[in-house]
Amino acid sequence: MSNKFTRKISSLKFPLAAPTWPDSLPRPNPKRNTGLDYDTAWARRYPARFARAIFVDFISSPLVKTMAPTTVTGAEALSRIKGPVIFAANHNSHVDTAVLLSAIPVHLRHKVVVAAASDFFFDSTVKATAMSLVLGAIPIERSKVNRRSAETALELLKEGWSVIIYPEGGRSPDGWMHDFKGGAAYLSVRSDAPVVPVFLDGTSRVLPKSPVESGVSPGGSGSESRSTSRLRRHPVSVTFGRALRSLPDEDARKMGPRIEAAVSELGREVATDYWTARRHRDTSTTHGPSAAPWRRSWARPPAIKVSERTPRDSWPE
Amino acid sequence: MSPRPGFVLDVDRSTPPTLMWKGESFGLQKLPTGSRVIYAPEPFDALEDPETAIREALENPTGDQIPLSAQLRSGMRLTICFDDISLPLPPMAAPDIRQMVIEAVLDAAAAAGVDDVVLIAALALHRRMTEPELRHALGNRVYDAFAPHGNLMQHDAEDPDNLVHLGVTDKGEDVEINKRAAESDLLVYVNINLVAMDGGHKSVATGLASYKSLRHHHNPSTMRHSKSFMHAPDSALHTANWRMGRLIKDSGVNIFQIETTLNTNTFPDSFQFLQKREWEWNLRDRVSFQASSRALDAAPKKMARQILQGIKAPHALRSVYAGEVEAVHEKILTDVWAQQGVAVEGQTDIVTMGLPYICPYNVNSIMNPILVACLGLGYFFNLYKGKPVVREGGVAILFHPTRPEFHPGHHPSYIDFFEQVLTETKDPVVMSEKFEEAFATDPWYIHLYRTGHAYHGVHPFYMWYWCAHAMEHLSKVIIVGGDPATVRRLGFHPATTLDDALEIAQDTVGAHPTITHLHNPPLFLSDVT
Repeated sequence: MSNKFTRKISSLKFPLAAPTWPDSLPRPNPKRNTGLDYDTAWARRYPARFARAIFVDFISSPLVKTMAPTTVTGAEALSRIKGPVIFAANHNSHVDTAVLLSAIPVHLRHKVVVAAASDFFFDSTVKATAMSLVLGAIPIERSKVNRRSAETALELLKEGWSVIIYPEGGRSPDGWMHDFKGGAAYLSVRSDAPVVPVFLDGTSRVLPKSPVESGVSPGGSGSESRSTSRLRRHPVSVTFGRALRSLPDEDARKMGPRIEAAVSELGREVATDYWTARRHRDTSTTHGPSAAPWRRSWARPPAIKVSERTPRDSWPE
Repeated sequence: MSPRPGFVLDVDRSTPPTLMWKGESFGLQKLPTGSRVIYAPEPFDALEDPETAIREALENPTGDQIPLSAQLRSGMRLTICFDDISLPLPPMAAPDIRQMVIEAVLDAAAAAGVDDVVLIAALALHRRMTEPELRHALGNRVYDAFAPHGNLMQHDAEDPDNLVHLGVTDKGEDVEINKRAAESDLLVYVNINLVAMDGGHKSVATGLASYKSLRHHHNPSTMRHSKSFMHAPDSALHTANWRMGRLIKDSGVNIFQIETTLNTNTFPDSFQFLQKREWEWNLRDRVSFQASSRALDAAPKKMARQILQGIKAPHALRSVYAGEVEAVHEKILTDVWAQQGVAVEGQTDIVTMGLPYICPYNVNSIMNPILVACLGLGYFFNLYKGKPVVREGGVAILFHPTRPEFHPGHHPSYIDFFEQVLTETKDPVVMSEKFEEAFATDPWYIHLYRTGHAYHGVHPFYMWYWCAHAMEHLSKVIIVGGDPATVRRLGFHPATTLDDALEIAQDTVGAHPTITHLHNPPLFLSDVT
């Protein structure tokens, strides 16, 4: 039904859909209130914050619990932190933010902004407005540290807002972690805010990045390729690490790898256990093997059913 | 940002469908890849202070004239003539430019103590304006000051007591114009130069003339040799008017000509999409298009006509000059071409045009089939300089429903022309010889013209003559969406769709013709090289 509807919408033509631009004419650079230019200040005022709190606590979090039963580890360490903090997490899926927001302790949850790709989430006014309201998103340049978006984030950290940032710069196309960019480290060094490493596991099973979005042409039948980006029920885990602060004389270039290593270590912890993760620094557990794409996919741990997850606490028989 | 000039778009696969007028409705028409579309320049910015600009023009005349205030004195006879309802199109949102200029002239006249002032609507053979139309053009203040005292008149080309014969040109043309205007100490003419054809000597020599005078240039021969009306040096119509105008001047008529150009801001905010380039339509434009096109399609035709005729254009004053007729006109033409000129390279096999709901002769009225032909072939075809957009022997494809509907009060002789003349001949020369005289001198038509709101009996002939150049130039005229019987009565070919029309055109222009669409309105003038 929804697919039919989506197809119907995408098949609309001008004037029901926006007009196409003649090839023979150069496109002007329109002064638009989208992308990095989108002003999100309204979304941090109390009416919008209130609406967002209602949404996150009463709509989004219950949905997450249903579709992605979440195991949260290490959240107790955050109770001592008043904020603001920078949450640096690996990124696999569009549901990451909803899962993460549902896992962040309440005292930090409602004063958080999410750094979101300006070219994807802020490319139209409608999308930008929805993202700002629902997630408290702010537009950032994902490919590099952009002075303008960095200044916005620093200003917000100064005002006491925590920031969720995905240092990989986008969702992982294959479920494995990819190299981090310097944004989180830069913000931490400049603002002195601690970075909380977070590892999200299993979200790519709930809503994976579609092959088309990954730049991979969908093989097989159309129905196969569509089914890969369908929302599915799968258990997930959110593991918070210990907060990292920039060391004296440490710049963003040095701190960046520390953050990546901390997230990677949390990934190993999820795959093994706390102690093993600290003894063995093998990044292949989180970053996957350096091999052909199919082998990287092949090496991923199999999906697990919700019923197979850690058994519920029960009274001893 | 300064307004962008007009240009010629090459249609490719990414080009969205083009807005196409179809009388009292409009739609989107996909044009074949490789076609060209001529887009008008964007409207120029309005003058910031039009009142001051007008007063400055009156006091700093162009050419061999002295300032208006220096010519005004107590005891003189002052006549102010102004263009009628046919200009501008669509009618301008209040205040009309005529009101602004005439108020400035009257202020100066009042200051000089001029008592004998008469205002005359320069109708030529057009219908008399109604009171609301006069009030709109002049403003209530002017109307209420002059109309109750009989000092607001409408030119009557059939009133022998109010016409004066000034002489005959060296080409044997009678020059007979409005007596009050000719015998005044000063004749101020307030002109709106909507296109390059308007103004100059044509204002007085045509606007205030009698049938006896007009027939010398409103005939098939002159029209066929006007290539085009928009470029005076190539227009026999203008050459004749210039001859007559110079005779009028030599007869001692002191004309203080005021000419104005408006920008091409043609449609109000709610219809802005009609003058935007389709690929730049935003959500509001698309919603407006959907809502208005569907509403117009669904509405009864009378209601649709009323909705569209209710549109008042947000035209704004772009420039104003006053003084000697020819000097003023030369300056104004530069401004008109600057606003409306579009350079077009090369001619085309087929020209397409969507005809809107309005032309100069159906303001607050019905666009009857003869006016459809006149708008397409007389006006749109002639909006060029150099050579026509379409090559000789080419095809014109017009979009219009072309229903056999007439306004009996405004166009009574058109009905008889359609039923009696067009059933016998479509040839302008034959009909001018065989039928024109009878229609022009018919006492009933003259009575309706003089006392009602009817166009003169000869007017439909003139409309047909306006098409003479195009009819001679083109090998075929096709009307898409037109009532087949009516289209055939006009001597044209009916077609249901553009594809059908292209197929009909094939035997004339071949299987792979070049196509150019005139994206009009807003108005533009093609400078074809």
